Amino acid sequence: MTTPAGAGSGLDDLDALALLHDPVRRSLYEAVAASGGDVGRGEAAEAAGVSRTLAGHHLDRLVEAGLLESGFRPQERKGPGSGRPAKVYRRSRGERSVSLPPRDYPALASVLADVVEELGAEEQAEAAARRAGERLARAYAGEPVERVLGARGYEPYEEGGALRLRNCPFHVLAEEQPLLVCSMNLALCQGLLGGLGDDPGRARLDPRPGECCVALSKTNGD
Amino acid sequence: MLTPMHLAQLNVAHLRAPIDSAELAEFVALLEPVNAVADRAPGFVWRLKESDDDPTLTLSHGYGDHLLLNFSVWDSVESLWNFTYRSEHLPVLRRRREWFLRMAEPTTVMWWIPEGVIPTLAEGMERLGRLKADGPGPEAFTFRDPYDSSEAASLPAAADVRK
Repeated sequence: MTTPAGAGSGLDDLDALALLHDPVRRSLYEAVAASGGDVGRGEAAEAAGVSRTLAGHHLDRLVEAGLLESGFRPQERKGPGSGRPAKVYRRSRGERSVSLPPRDYPALASVLADVVEELGAEEQAEAAARRAGERLARAYAGEPVERVLGARGYEPYEEGGALRLRNCPFHVLAEEQPLLVCSMNLALCQGLLGGLGDDPGRARLDPRPGECCVALSKTNGD
Repeated sequence: MLTPMHLAQLNVAHLRAPIDSAELAEFVALLEPVNAVADRAPGFVWRLKESDDDPTLTLSHGYGDHLLLNFSVWDSVESLWNFTYRSEHLPVLRRRREWFLRMAEPTTVMWWIPEGVIPTLAEGMERLGRLKADGPGPEAFTFRDPYDSSEAASLPAAADVRK
């Protein structure tokens, strides 16, 4: 189920990420990633403030690098002149990361998650995650929760009065040990809220395919 | 061409108290809403029901009253995973220790079946036994160690199910 890192291109992680040094490519990538779904060339061009042709060129480079995926969406307009299906882009599921010098924290985290499971120490793991959230909050004192979650990589967005989280920062581990990792993530978010002086009860499990398992209700107590 | 394959899954939970006891009342109350989520989940194919009329009834079987069985068929491992961990089922699953004993041995097993075949409970229990005895393999596996349907299609076990 997990897409291997950097799948679908011959570039290594560093070469692929180096493509984002170009400011146009970077804003196009961010526009596509922030949409959470399919983005057309025109839409991405507008968001990045460049021409459609230039946007198309750079978007295709990002697809070649495996940072984006492309597909086609049928034209809404029917009849003469409606033309070919529109090319659309979405963020690739594969992960890219670079650490210099090389580091491998996920491998160790995976082993530790197995240990928690074997010990049946889920409650202790959740308590530790809650404390970690409270500690993290100290670095963001006085900032709004939405911005803090954004800074932690959750990619929050509003929907129907609630704050949903588009990205799971612990994705690979959450696929391996969903029950443990999602419970720890919930506890961490609750600790973060509490540490920021917000109501920890706002965070609850409301999972959907392809997103973070946690969502925040907008106001206290509902 | 190969017969399209579906995924069968059996889960065996060890109840902390009788199903009609006060300790299990909250769990029993959650059966209907959570089963409704399963029934409309993408990729859901079939599940064994005790009754079409009373959604609060759990499966009756001959393997001991302390065991609560879940037996279902899905179109892929991913569909079952998304229901299990990416739906309203997850918050309920999180509370499992309130109602079920923690077991050291495997309590859930999956295997591939030809599409259109309704597996039997006896076969599911046998697959779970195989998982306990031999560990995961193409004939009895888990989310953690999944096997592709193409690995199971060529096995004699897939043909056995047809009988």
